[in-house]
Amino acid sequence: MNQDNVVKVGMADLNIALGGHSLKTTGLGSCVGLTLFDEKSKVAGMAHVMLPSSDIARESSINIAKYADTAIPELIERMKQAGANTGRLLAKMAGGAQMFAFSSQSDTMRIGPRNVESCKAVLSQLKIPILAEDTGGNYGRTIEFNSATGILVIRSVQFGAKEI
Amino acid sequence: MTNPLSNLEGFKLDVLKEVGNIGAGHAATALSLLLDKPVDMNVPTVSLIPFEQVADKVGGPEEVVIAVFLRVEGEAPGNMFFLIREDSARKMLKNLLSLEHREDFGYTEMEFSALSEIGNILAGSYLSSLADFTQLPMSPTVPSIAVDMAGAILSYGLMQYGEMGDSALLIDTKFLEDHESLEGFFFLIPDPESFDKIFSALGVPTE
Repeated sequence: MNQDNVVKVGMADLNIALGGHSLKTTGLGSCVGLTLFDEKSKVAGMAHVMLPSSDIARESSINIAKYADTAIPELIERMKQAGANTGRLLAKMAGGAQMFAFSSQSDTMRIGPRNVESCKAVLSQLKIPILAEDTGGNYGRTIEFNSATGILVIRSVQFGAKEI
Repeated sequence: MTNPLSNLEGFKLDVLKEVGNIGAGHAATALSLLLDKPVDMNVPTVSLIPFEQVADKVGGPEEVVIAVFLRVEGEAPGNMFFLIREDSARKMLKNLLSLEHREDFGYTEMEFSALSEIGNILAGSYLSSLADFTQLPMSPTVPSIAVDMAGAILSYGLMQYGEMGDSALLIDTKFLEDHESLEGFFFLIPDPESFDKIFSALGVPTE
């Protein structure tokens, strides 16, 4: 893939792509990579969600891309401005792994599954269907989302590449 | 609340550097005894770095590393990682146990267990010297091991910081044995609340 056509999405970051460009985020562990796609206008969006809810935020100015409940509405807004129709958006998600296993499961340690649950709750509230997901497990993922096709490629160390 | 660590002055950073120096120094000695070879270590760096750049310290978010993770419990809780690249892990296994790594990918139970134990010994010596130095009780949890992308692994240790900003305070030290033929990293990421305890235990005035 030509590097120029790939928009990088950092940790606790979100971005959109159109015109056949791709969105990519690397090293998803317990974070969730959530993508939205409007097939007709070919507007794609991706958020790298780190934490489930902004309720726990103790920052003075919150980074809205970091929390599931704030990142998804912001992503939709950005996509709408780029020409997407919110009624046509379809979601895919990957990540939310539990990287390390511990006998004492505090809430912090369960952050991956909680991120996934929270993303799903927000999507269902906004009535956005989830087309496919590759979440959970105990391994990291790198994902790339193509705005021409809406295909999400997921790479992991153990399982190589797969498409959803 | 703004990130209380964003305005740590030079003196406090030096104190944390010394904390890293003492801990990693003991761990390096332990590693040297284990391998029966001299082990060098770099001066620790202490920095408040953006989440995005933490994995760059070990070669980027997609670099495959072997990580032993321990949660530090006690008065000054935090997260600790011992990270090594795969080629270094293989050398270590060969040196220590004469285990010749056969498979192209994946590790046997025995290899995992050995690496995990190495991480445990090193982290244990890091923490016990730190506990002696600060007189704060600190104990590691049972270690957990993973072989995966550095970004995925390290993000796990940053969650406590996520609630209050986009960067974390990291005390990191690099080990070298035999001129980079074996290379390892120690990351100590104290919880944000732990700094005041560390400083006051060491007699550094906190406001």
